[in-house]
Amino acid sequence: MDFINDIPWLLIAASVAKTLFLIFLIVLPIVSYTVYAERRVSALIQDRLGPNRTGFPTSLLGFHKDLQLFLGGLGQPVADAVKFLLKEEFTPGHVNKFYFWLAPVLAMVPALSTLAVLPFGNYMFGQKMVVADVNVGILYVFAIASIGVYGIVLAGWSSNSKYPFLGGIRATSQMISYELSLGLSAVPVLMIIGNLNLSDAIQYQIDNGWLLLPFTDGKLTLRELLLWIPVGISFIVFTISMFAETNRLPFDLPESETELVAGYHTEYSSMKFALFFLGEYAAMIAGSSVIVVLFLGGWHLPFLPINTLESSTTPAGMALGLIHISVFFAKVIALLIFFIWVRWTLPRFRFDQLMKLGWLYLFEIALVNIFITAAILALVK
Amino acid sequence: MAYTVRRPNLTFWEKIYLPNIVAGLAITFKHLRKMLQGETKVVMQYPEEKWDAHLPEYYRGAPTLVTDEHGRERCVSCQLCEFICPPRAITITPGELASDSKFAKVEKAPKAFEIDMSRCIYCGLCEEVCPEQAIYLRKDYAVTGENRADMVHHKDKLYELGGTMPGLVHKWNPEK
Amino acid sequence: MSPILFWLFTALMLAFGVSVILNRNPVASALSLVASFLCLSALFVGLDAFFIGVIQVLVYAGAVMVLFLFIIMLLDLRAEHRRHFNRLVLVGGSLVSAGFVIALLQVLSVFPAGAKPFPALGVARLDDVRQVGITLFTRFNLPFQTVGVLILVAAVGVIVLSRRELK
Repeated sequence: MDFINDIPWLLIAASVAKTLFLIFLIVLPIVSYTVYAERRVSALIQDRLGPNRTGFPTSLLGFHKDLQLFLGGLGQPVADAVKFLLKEEFTPGHVNKFYFWLAPVLAMVPALSTLAVLPFGNYMFGQKMVVADVNVGILYVFAIASIGVYGIVLAGWSSNSKYPFLGGIRATSQMISYELSLGLSAVPVLMIIGNLNLSDAIQYQIDNGWLLLPFTDGKLTLRELLLWIPVGISFIVFTISMFAETNRLPFDLPESETELVAGYHTEYSSMKFALFFLGEYAAMIAGSSVIVVLFLGGWHLPFLPINTLESSTTPAGMALGLIHISVFFAKVIALLIFFIWVRWTLPRFRFDQLMKLGWLYLFEIALVNIFITAAILALVK
Repeated sequence: MAYTVRRPNLTFWEKIYLPNIVAGLAITFKHLRKMLQGETKVVMQYPEEKWDAHLPEYYRGAPTLVTDEHGRERCVSCQLCEFICPPRAITITPGELASDSKFAKVEKAPKAFEIDMSRCIYCGLCEEVCPEQAIYLRKDYAVTGENRADMVHHKDKLYELGGTMPGLVHKWNPEK
Repeated sequence: MSPILFWLFTALMLAFGVSVILNRNPVASALSLVASFLCLSALFVGLDAFFIGVIQVLVYAGAVMVLFLFIIMLLDLRAEHRRHFNRLVLVGGSLVSAGFVIALLQVLSVFPAGAKPFPALGVARLDDVRQVGITLFTRFNLPFQTVGVLILVAAVGVIVLSRRELK
């Protein structure tokens, strides 16, 4: 029984602690408040107000009124969660039961697993703020994201009815098509950084300025100026593909309400539906985090000192570590708002337009972009 | 007959689509900003702000019974409204006037007049059909109750809501 | 890699592999294959071969099997009916597999390298992506490019063959 002593308990405990912190204290609250932001921002864009009534029910505790914080309606996500939990768990009679129950799990788990390799901060308590610092980080993200399609496909297939099925079929073809441009558009970035590890990507951007904003290190060389072109193209293609991969409008054909009722989750209700919802928004957070790590410098903010492994146990270092984490998630939240903003601006594509955009434009642009980057990297030192 | 729709000739910048997306984003952002700064005022916060002042003359609210300028019930319980009511919300029990009344041998009056507001569809047919101009749709829209019995408007309630409607009223409001 | 994890993933992989064959529902078979691939990639990761492990998931589980599932769903394949086994086929099949196992055991018994464990890897964090890349593009550059062209030719051929003439 000597292998029990070999188990790295400290590593496991730290990983579990980081995972729990990331999922339950950061991602799930962000998810629920993104849903709230989605409703509020969409309402404001359409000259409405959105949910502004639900406060925190302090009147139950004997106060005169419910607690209404600055915007109002901030209790809405809590109320939604309670509603989802208390609703009847209904399974229609015509479905394939096992896969019907499996599908929401498969939609939720990959979205959260992607977060494992994302460095969401520098150091805290003498620990690097990333759950798994693997050297194939970005490939892992793509691999897990490609697993995410199974949840949708199974939901569509096991529901045994036409609209979910059509939604599942659309999701499959859409995600396969856009995975290519997603992967290819990340290649120039990886060529510039010269590494697949996401922590090293951030380290590179600390040393040389953020990829999308190369002046953040205070200087701008000819090479950086030239590389700005492929990086910009890469950023646009990557962002568009990320929209398609996360099934966001203008690419939300798998669940387009006007044609397919609700697409793949038509037959779902209560917590099972909520899992799809959470999965979708968690995938959005994961996607935004990847964009932040690859293009926007991760947790780094210029002019802000960086804490080290040694200093991260001192109060000052801990405060810095917290600031790093908040900077990262502030950038992620800004991108999420951008996602929402785009959603309420653009109309939905037609399916043939979607396929044409993916295969005939984005794919080629991403491919050519690799060669442009290679030329610049080889010719300009 | 099938015909071909001419596609517009797009310029290069329209074809690459991105500038138009940015323009669209600017438009939606303008709406967002105006809402946040309170420049757009479209939505009314209902229970605090009410739109009573904005109700048009021809608004069809809750049906009510009215009395004339002498305080007499106009309704003679002819039951035309009861028959025409599409969701059968109206129930009338016809009755005689009290024998000491001056009009006892002339007219009748309802003994009971009930409108089930959980059924009423506010169509206004009762008002249209009434030969005595006794039933009118007024501007009450917040009809609430905690159970089905609460939702039934009895005769007293109907007269209370309706009030007095003196003289001959031009009830064929073309807009109604 | 902890032996517990190794045995866990090996057992899971074999169990899912068996369920690929035994399941009568094609969708269930395909999903079992995906699960089997995932366990296999876990084994690769346990050997510090992150790149191979991730590529296993990305290519097989993420792309190839999605296409398989797509086709199965589109063709709307029903569960197979239970067939009666031909006694002759059963006996023949058992004989062939028994022969295979015997041959395998004999090969393993005369293969001395299989008995001794691999030397431990010196580096803590193996930069396998870079090494795979350097090996592919220097030592095996010509075969690699040739394979690429071959696959391209195959892809073009498939498209030409499957394209229907417009009438």
